[in-house]
Amino acid sequence: MKLFFKIITLLISLKEFMLKLISTISLFLFSFSVFAEKLTIVSVNNGDMVRMQKLASDFTKKNPGIELDFQFMEENVLRQKVTLDITNKGGAYDIMTIGMYEAPMWGEKGWLVPMNDLPSSFDIDDILPAVRGGLSHNGVLYAAPFYGESSFTMYRVDLFAEKGLTMPDKPTWGEIYKFAKALHNPPEVNGICLRGKPGWGENAAFIGTVANAFGARWVDDQWNPQLTGPAWTHAFSFYVDLVQNYGPKGAPNNGFNENLKLFNQGKCAMWIDATVAASFVTNKEESTVYNKVNFALAPSAVTEKGGWLWSWAIAIPAGTKKEAAAKKFIMWATSKDYIELVADKHGWANVPPGTRTSTYTNPMYLNNAPFARLTLAAMNAADPSMTGTLKPKPYIGVQFMTIPEFQAIGTEAGRQFSAALAGKKSVEDALESANKSAYKILKKGRYIK
Amino acid sequence: MQLTRVSYGKIILSPTIIILLLWILVPLALTVYYSFQSYNMLDGGSTGYIGWMNYEFFIFDEAFYDAIINTFITVLSLLLFTVFFGFIFASLLNSDIFLSGLVKVLYISPFLVIPTVSALLWKNLMMDPINGFIAFLLNLFNYEGIDFLNEYPLASIITMLSWTWIPFATLLILTSLKSIDKQMIESAKIDGANTFQISIFIILPNIIRSINVIILLETIFFLAVFAEISIATNGGPGTETTNLPFLIFQKGLQNFDVGESSAGGLIAVLLANFVAIFLINLLRKNI
Repeated sequence: MKLFFKIITLLISLKEFMLKLISTISLFLFSFSVFAEKLTIVSVNNGDMVRMQKLASDFTKKNPGIELDFQFMEENVLRQKVTLDITNKGGAYDIMTIGMYEAPMWGEKGWLVPMNDLPSSFDIDDILPAVRGGLSHNGVLYAAPFYGESSFTMYRVDLFAEKGLTMPDKPTWGEIYKFAKALHNPPEVNGICLRGKPGWGENAAFIGTVANAFGARWVDDQWNPQLTGPAWTHAFSFYVDLVQNYGPKGAPNNGFNENLKLFNQGKCAMWIDATVAASFVTNKEESTVYNKVNFALAPSAVTEKGGWLWSWAIAIPAGTKKEAAAKKFIMWATSKDYIELVADKHGWANVPPGTRTSTYTNPMYLNNAPFARLTLAAMNAADPSMTGTLKPKPYIGVQFMTIPEFQAIGTEAGRQFSAALAGKKSVEDALESANKSAYKILKKGRYIK
Repeated sequence: MQLTRVSYGKIILSPTIIILLLWILVPLALTVYYSFQSYNMLDGGSTGYIGWMNYEFFIFDEAFYDAIINTFITVLSLLLFTVFFGFIFASLLNSDIFLSGLVKVLYISPFLVIPTVSALLWKNLMMDPINGFIAFLLNLFNYEGIDFLNEYPLASIITMLSWTWIPFATLLILTSLKSIDKQMIESAKIDGANTFQISIFIILPNIIRSINVIILLETIFFLAVFAEISIATNGGPGTETTNLPFLIFQKGLQNFDVGESSAGGLIAVLLANFVAIFLINLLRKNI
């Protein structure tokens, strides 16, 4: 019995001790949290963003009161998380990476903190007009661009020389087809690498620009989907033919990052994708072919109109309590100083491209980045307005439509595109299905009466 | 007034029952409500009543039929594989081979691997057409790597799931094999029964109960396969590996169409109930 009481008293004292311990710890944590504000940043796992995390100690050194918590994820997953969080006012993230699709739509809804009253050091007029326009609604900027991109052709000089081929400055898709055929030599090297991974920001975006080049548009001026029209059919069957015959194995699973890996391993003779890839394929540490790459404009077919335009940008969801700190971080990450910091640590060729005029007038950048002039030319040529394609269209955006329904339309279409590329469906069937689901979605959204 | 035993019991139980009902009914009611709304998440919520349109579009979607067929193929073929190979491997493990303890532990381990991990493992280490192990073996003999996940997508998913679930079936069958009295088999042999007769008349009746349990549990799991599909193929290419749960996920969290996703969810609840009734009847007869 005595032993029993002893154990009980021991337990009670232990419990008191634990309670004290917990309260001290929580008090300590609380006082700590008063001093350090923690910003949760969610971002796409592209190379430039990952590099920013590595350089973030520069920011925390300058702003000792702010802690940073980075979360990186793949593009499709990022969209899912960010959209869920912002529509439910979840407040899980203080800073989110979004693109040209989301920024104007969410800005209009008042879900994002407008980028007003920016410090003069940010120099908003220095931002490339196409990028600034794409991230604004009614002239108000809602997300600060981290990098911007158009698309162009990257090709292997050594392989072209070996076969006695020359890449013109402005190739056509017909020429690209001939080159791919001549250079295809698997498993060592594939004629061409193009996106095939389903997703509206992956294959649907890329195929959208191919379709633009062939004179197509997503919908006509009455919002009737055009995917079964002659221009789309021509463009899409061309793409499927090209990638099935002269592309790498597993192309239906390859997105931007997968193709980047293949190109850097020397497995692609040509790659047509976002201009931002250029700094990675010419990077000595990442690429095995860094000194054998050259660039040309994105191919055209019946028109040169309708070239890719995209920007990954950083925004603050409305309603956050850490707005001031979040803005401070954004001003740091998208500033001229950050660009110089990257140049200092990693060389000028690796600075985030496509955001600022000052970058493209800087002789250091122009001399060190062989792709700089072409990137700028491609970005200036891209026109997201309603007259940006061969035939006029009722939506804003080049490779996407800036309407909430496009997420569903593009995702469904991307799924059908990859099925056709994998040979599981005929080109006509895939386009038919994509067209049908686009029609349903637009009808549900009351675009089509 | 005196409370009877029964009504007293009802009062005591009522909090639990009310909580349980709320737990089930509130989400169900919300799902029913959303299924009649035009609800695009990117539009910031519901934009009004649209009648049966969500149901109409979900049921007449080609992907819905593909999903039903894929679910059906997955469940049936996996049940067949796991029970068949489970029986064979269990019989092998039942005989006392060298280091049988270690072999058993190794053999069971795939079942303990988390689904997402096993999907990643198969996708990147085994089935990748350029860097995968199978491609490596094929390259050794000068063949090109096979793009399993695009050329044979559903078969690849079934392979991954079999790898995980055959050990489970084996384990259950092995335990009932162990419980068969050896004397029974010996006496059958003395009476002149051959191996086939022994398997059919002695072994099979003894393991039929564990096979029933396997069928019940595995059907429940295979109807809701998600991780492997999401990681390895994302339902694709096209709708080749989309099953019903994945289709509902796609509508809701990839297309951000909450209305159609809710309608799909309710249809899936109906279908799952049919299967459940069928299975319960089947088991009632056998156990």
